[in-house]
Amino acid sequence: MLREEMQEVFIVAGNTHQEVERELRSARKKMHPASSDEPPMRKSSILGKKTEVVEDEAVEGEYGMVINGHSLAYALQEGLQLEFLRAACMCQAVICCRVTPLQKAQVVELVKKHKRAVTLAIGDGANDVSMIKAAHIGVGISGQEGMQAVLSSDYSFAQFRYLQRLLLVHGRWSYLRMCKFLRYFFYKNFTFTFVHFWYGFFCGFSAQTVYDEWFITLYNLVYTALPVLGLALFDQDVDHRWSFQYPQLYTPGQLNLYFSKRAFLRCVLHSGYSSLVLFFIPYASMHDTVRDDGKDIADYQSFALLAQTCLLVAVNMQLGLDTHYWTAVNQFFLWGSMSVYFAVTFTMYSNGMYLIFTSSFPFIGVARNSLNQPNVWLTILLTSILCVLPVLAYRFLYMQLRPTINDKVRHKVRQDKTPPTAAPRRFQPRRISTRRSGYAFSHSRGYGDLVTSGKFLLRPVRSRPPLFSRSQPSGSPVAEDSPQIFRTITEEPSA
Amino acid sequence: MMASSYNAKEEDGHHSGAVGPGGPGAIKSKKPDNTAFKQQRLPAWQPILTAGTVLPAFFVIGLIFIPIGIGLFVTSNNIKEFEIDYTGVEESSPCHICSQNYAWNNTNPCQCSIPFTLEQPFESNVFMYYGLSNFYQNHRRYVKSRDDSQLNGDKNSLTNPSKECEPYRTNGLPIAPCGAIANSLFNDTLELLYNFPNGTSISIPLSKTGIAWWTDKHVKFRNPGGNNNNLSAAFAGTTKPVNWRKPVYELDPSDPNNNGFINEDFIVWMRTAALPTFRKLYRIIHKNKDMPTLPPGNYTLNITYNYPVLSFDGRKRMILSTISWMGGKNPFLGIAYITVGSVCFFLGVVLLIIHHNYGSRSNNADIPN
Repeated sequence: MLREEMQEVFIVAGNTHQEVERELRSARKKMHPASSDEPPMRKSSILGKKTEVVEDEAVEGEYGMVINGHSLAYALQEGLQLEFLRAACMCQAVICCRVTPLQKAQVVELVKKHKRAVTLAIGDGANDVSMIKAAHIGVGISGQEGMQAVLSSDYSFAQFRYLQRLLLVHGRWSYLRMCKFLRYFFYKNFTFTFVHFWYGFFCGFSAQTVYDEWFITLYNLVYTALPVLGLALFDQDVDHRWSFQYPQLYTPGQLNLYFSKRAFLRCVLHSGYSSLVLFFIPYASMHDTVRDDGKDIADYQSFALLAQTCLLVAVNMQLGLDTHYWTAVNQFFLWGSMSVYFAVTFTMYSNGMYLIFTSSFPFIGVARNSLNQPNVWLTILLTSILCVLPVLAYRFLYMQLRPTINDKVRHKVRQDKTPPTAAPRRFQPRRISTRRSGYAFSHSRGYGDLVTSGKFLLRPVRSRPPLFSRSQPSGSPVAEDSPQIFRTITEEPSA
Repeated sequence: MMASSYNAKEEDGHHSGAVGPGGPGAIKSKKPDNTAFKQQRLPAWQPILTAGTVLPAFFVIGLIFIPIGIGLFVTSNNIKEFEIDYTGVEESSPCHICSQNYAWNNTNPCQCSIPFTLEQPFESNVFMYYGLSNFYQNHRRYVKSRDDSQLNGDKNSLTNPSKECEPYRTNGLPIAPCGAIANSLFNDTLELLYNFPNGTSISIPLSKTGIAWWTDKHVKFRNPGGNNNNLSAAFAGTTKPVNWRKPVYELDPSDPNNNGFINEDFIVWMRTAALPTFRKLYRIIHKNKDMPTLPPGNYTLNITYNYPVLSFDGRKRMILSTISWMGGKNPFLGIAYITVGSVCFFLGVVLLIIHHNYGSRSNNADIPN
């Protein structure tokens, strides 16, 4: 965690409030000489919330910080919190040693409260439980220290190195899938709904539906349910080996690029355009026309069938454009849904169903009479192409003019054809001490007096005599066994 | 202190990681299966948008759509159509008087005649339509106001119509057919006369069967009690709709196959239109073997003006039209295809230029660290 490229590693080990404050401030000034004494705040834009967010500050060079539990107790107090946060966030790595479990949680909560960031805490022991619970994402490692961390965590695995896979492969895929799913789901439902809005102008605003009532029931339930589920379960942009090779692919998730207010607005506008196409093209092509044997085709039921078929074809083509990873399951879901639509439609509009349930299936004969007309199929083709082509052009244009990291890697994947070999694991030289993974927090024996001093509690406690002192020669077995020297902490007069 | 005295392996029953065969037999390994499905390694097709796929797609679509559009447009232009508005709004129209003196239960229906000329002959089958404008057959309350079971000949529904038909459900006796759609049946009568140059006229034969969908006539609409000749007995206990002049079993007494609920004019009307401007098939003029069906010349349209539309600012018209494989005259699809095809082609050219100039960015650019 502390690397050779780091320009400096700041040690904060002050014993008093002023010392800690001085150390933190000098660290901050060294990293960013022009920083102001007031922390740069940004008021949260959500109305009613009073939390204030500290902005990130630019720093040149890489720095590290080491702070121990005693100093952290001072640093987490009200007046010094933001100072500590600013200095710590300017560093590449911060090591807090000999901290209590509660302090671990307090540090995490400090970052959560004042920074627009998603926090992840990983630990393996029972002392990490409060930290794991405090963070947005808690990861527990099962193993030598027992199962407490695992039981209170959101994710757990057996080795620390699996964290890389969790973030770069599964976390990234999960973000991608959720965002695609959400965008597509909003798109297909807004399109479906806006068409009724346009129809309102032509039906006297009487809330007459454009589509058959059975179609409305089955649209989200049957016809478009499985394809979008397939997208959300199986989609990958690049496979796991390429994800390891290019960790920069992780940045869109951190920057919240794929689903934000702007992305949602784009989705709404896209739906508006699609709904215009999906209503007005059938409207104009059915306006005052007849079948090829002179009989009616501009009736309400045929129009409904035409509009719903256009909608389903357009929406499924959009899904096809969104899917980047076509497994056999995806293919089956997509083509299966389309065939189920036609099968169900023909069944519902058949003679048999009408004679059994007369008032439920009034659309008898519509499928047979209108789907054998060439101009109906030509209309369906025109609307689907008109819905999909602008999206295709827009994406292609963006890929040419402003390719994202995703586009570049996918092009590279296609060019290279052979997958990259897994990067060899860099083995760190084994240290003599017991094999431990690289924790951000470490602890050892001897913080009992820190706990009992009450320094880190929010409520000040009455002073009490120190439990462990050097003047007790043989009273405490702990003091005799351990080679460490215990410091005496006394209540200081409040500054 | 805590770590060293606590032995996880003995306290907890499970230990993640494979248990060797020497261990206690009941503990299952928690390691997930190494199958392609569970490890998300399923073989997949991974398309990406390259210039090699997108640009040819645009050009191909453009090249396909433009001839289709031209074909549609030419076909539509070859369809002959003739339309007369006979509402009688202008003072100079022959039907103006009829439009003003309207009372729905006139025993003496108003007649008017409109002369017109056809410049070109109409070949093959000619279809005669009546068209209405500003008539919202797609209003929600109107569309629901019918009873399909009754129209299918169900005995129970005949005397107990559905609640959806309110307020056209009963009028002392239950109404058959009930509902607002049936009540507003179009009841103008149109006749065509061809005027010879020497002053005589003949009436052009108009066929009134074969105008409704086969499924409508034979499956959806049935007379109660089957197709017997005594329809008035089958409809006993019901009354005619409020705004009709004759009851339903007198719609066409001469033809028992066109009487009652299976009257084709009635069926055509009951198939509600989707838009406020629509046309419905009225009669068919079958083709002649040796001469054009409607030769050019002077014609007269005789109208029995029964249907009032001026109260809601509607318009009525009569349309004579030939038919092609794409239906009636509608230049929209042809124009739309030509437009979309050319826009597509143009867009393909633009994208090709852009790709040529800037296209190397995504392929050759280094991925920044």
